[in-house]
Amino acid sequence: MNFEFSDNQKLLKDQANKFLADKCPLTTVRTILEGDEPYDKALWNDIVNMGWTAAVIPEEFDGLGLGYLELCMIAEEMGRSLAPVPFSSSVYLATEALLLSGNLEQKEQYLPKLAAGELIGTVADAEGYGSTSDEGYSVTFTDGRLTGEKMPVIDGDIADFAVVAANGAKGTSLYLVDLSDASISKEVLSTLDPTRSQARLTFNGTPAQLLGEDGAGALALEKVFDNAAVLFAFEQIGAAEAALDAAKDYAMNRYAFGRSIASFQAMKHKMADMFVALELARSNCYYGAWALSTGDVELPVAAATARVSATKAMYQCAKENIQIHGGMGFTWEFDCHFFYRRSKLLADNLGSQSLWEEKLISRVVASTAA
Amino acid sequence: MDFNDTPEEAAFRAEVRTFLDSVATRKSDPQDSWDKNLKNEAEAIEIAKAWQRTLHDNGWACLHWPKEYGGRAATQIERVIWDQEEGQYLVPKGFFMIGLGMAGPTIMTYGNDEQKARHLPTLASSEKVWCQLFSEPVAGSDLAGIRTKSEKDGDDWIINGQKIWTSGAHYSDWGILVTRSDPTVAKHKGMTYFMVDMKSPGVEVRPIKQITGGSGFNEVFFTDVRIPDSQRLGEVGDGWNVALATLMNERVAVGERKGGDVLELIELAKNVNINGKPAIEDGAVRAKLAKWYTEFSGLKFTRFRSISAMSRGEVPGPENSIGKLVGAAKSQDMAEFAMMLMDRAGMINDKEIAPFSGMFQQTFMQSPSGRIAGGTDEILRNVVAERVLGLPQEPRSDKGMPYNEIPTGTIK
Repeated sequence: MNFEFSDNQKLLKDQANKFLADKCPLTTVRTILEGDEPYDKALWNDIVNMGWTAAVIPEEFDGLGLGYLELCMIAEEMGRSLAPVPFSSSVYLATEALLLSGNLEQKEQYLPKLAAGELIGTVADAEGYGSTSDEGYSVTFTDGRLTGEKMPVIDGDIADFAVVAANGAKGTSLYLVDLSDASISKEVLSTLDPTRSQARLTFNGTPAQLLGEDGAGALALEKVFDNAAVLFAFEQIGAAEAALDAAKDYAMNRYAFGRSIASFQAMKHKMADMFVALELARSNCYYGAWALSTGDVELPVAAATARVSATKAMYQCAKENIQIHGGMGFTWEFDCHFFYRRSKLLADNLGSQSLWEEKLISRVVASTAA
Repeated sequence: MDFNDTPEEAAFRAEVRTFLDSVATRKSDPQDSWDKNLKNEAEAIEIAKAWQRTLHDNGWACLHWPKEYGGRAATQIERVIWDQEEGQYLVPKGFFMIGLGMAGPTIMTYGNDEQKARHLPTLASSEKVWCQLFSEPVAGSDLAGIRTKSEKDGDDWIINGQKIWTSGAHYSDWGILVTRSDPTVAKHKGMTYFMVDMKSPGVEVRPIKQITGGSGFNEVFFTDVRIPDSQRLGEVGDGWNVALATLMNERVAVGERKGGDVLELIELAKNVNINGKPAIEDGAVRAKLAKWYTEFSGLKFTRFRSISAMSRGEVPGPENSIGKLVGAAKSQDMAEFAMMLMDRAGMINDKEIAPFSGMFQQTFMQSPSGRIAGGTDEILRNVVAERVLGLPQEPRSDKGMPYNEIPTGTIK
């Protein structure tokens, strides 16, 4: 059995780790958190130069043609660094949507530019508070134009184009929209994690082109989200591990009652539980990575498993990191809140934890009934 | 990344299968068990000994032992493959784990030539069954706190005290025993390790009745039991290190846990109703199932990671330490939840009428032991915290203190 990443894949992860440790320390995250820039453009350019935006894009579209296992390694390190760039929106969502549903012309138009970082893409799905039903979008497509409001759209203010889920002639469909079109009104939204931008996009008869089959949008989006769920899960375990490391470092060096607080069982057991959640999530992520890279029929179950597990692990590690830091963890000055903010962003950006739990059980029940 | 054997592993697996096909019956149903029609334990032991002799005669009895002692010098991954394959046949398991897995390797490390010659052949052939006499009523997690006394008397030692949680003591021929030989020095320093003939005068074995009503293990009382000095393993006062060598040989557990898991719970939820609808359609039920499914899956693929490490010739990493910690608590909580789904009838454990032949009710009563035996949940969290995360030990208030000055409680 070889249920492990290869030495080359681990080497790539190690390189990504060193690169991001150098280019994206938490001070970089803080700069975006506290400043007015929606993302770190210099870091984005560096990441593009590393070729990561081109990773899984086939060579015929100017990509590197790497596998998903390689992208998972990059994702884990992106998660660990909390990089304030629209990588997940452009790479896990928009690129995947084009790879899965685009026709040759669309792929030729978008993929080389996505690979080269000349275009940033995102997916616009949600429509306000509460879970968005994939059969009832209020944004509609008629006569080649979109009308209606999407909120929130992650990186909606940054992205050059969006894959928009909307109600078309034959039901839910996906559309490609150039976000520079003058008919779109954009509003940057206040968000709990300002290191990743969120926007309200209002389409007013905005030109759009169908991506994939008319009426096949719900299924197409589900596939995009399944692929993305695995990649997001790797970001989550990377970030969760960083939070656990931070908690450990602090506890080891903070003394109370004459000894390191890391020697108290109340602290040790809390950190052991963080580790356990992380290891379970990691093993499920490996399962997701295997299914994604082989396109196995188990992917829907594997993706949901990885997602649910990693969401739990990251929340647990992020909140307990604050707890272990005590009052210091509640200060703006310490970095603990970065992980806490990001945990909620990553948990909800593909649909909530309860939505994914529901998907998971539906899929498991369906697979056991067969 | 794949789930396939290497060519060497595939060849070993084929060899194992060919052998097992030639001497045993393959299960037609995975739930089938070799012991379901047995009359009593004595019969089980006879069958187990006969099977072990078959393994021994064909060179499969002590896979991991060095070749010079009659083993195959099997690698960790080969042992895993053996277990996976053997599990598919109707053959006995479980009576010789202490002997072959723990006593044998300890004797190889600490025994003199005479001791090796006397014990290793009958261990290998499983003519003699061994038990482990380590835990005491007040020394479990803190094993070095044992009290059972050993006092030198000429060429013999006189043993007095009590051991507990001894699986198989009532049918064992021999036991490995740690004792307190010097209470005036620090607790780790004053221990001595013996091999004891369980038929010696003064050894009394009493079964312990568990909360399940069954008796899986015993208390063993020692009253003026004489052990010749020739049955001592290691130096006088070095018993702690000998005991550690024994414990080092505890198997890397990568097997699946038995009993109801989440897939059985899903089946149950399809077949019982809440408010007139199958429980599986209830959102609160589904959320619980999702949590347990991710744990079930996480443990499964953690085992796969451990097996992969062994396949590369490595020792499984820290991820392997979480299996029991997560699995045991999950079993208990799932059993409790399953009984809740059964509503008032959940209390009824009649195997004839209870779903899954009363498996969840049985697990409910059995599962507390899973969180205690082989390292309590609390000790395992310490293990993860200290050995995996590298956090410091708690200061020990008995550190360096002579054993007989260490405070004791009212529970003796």
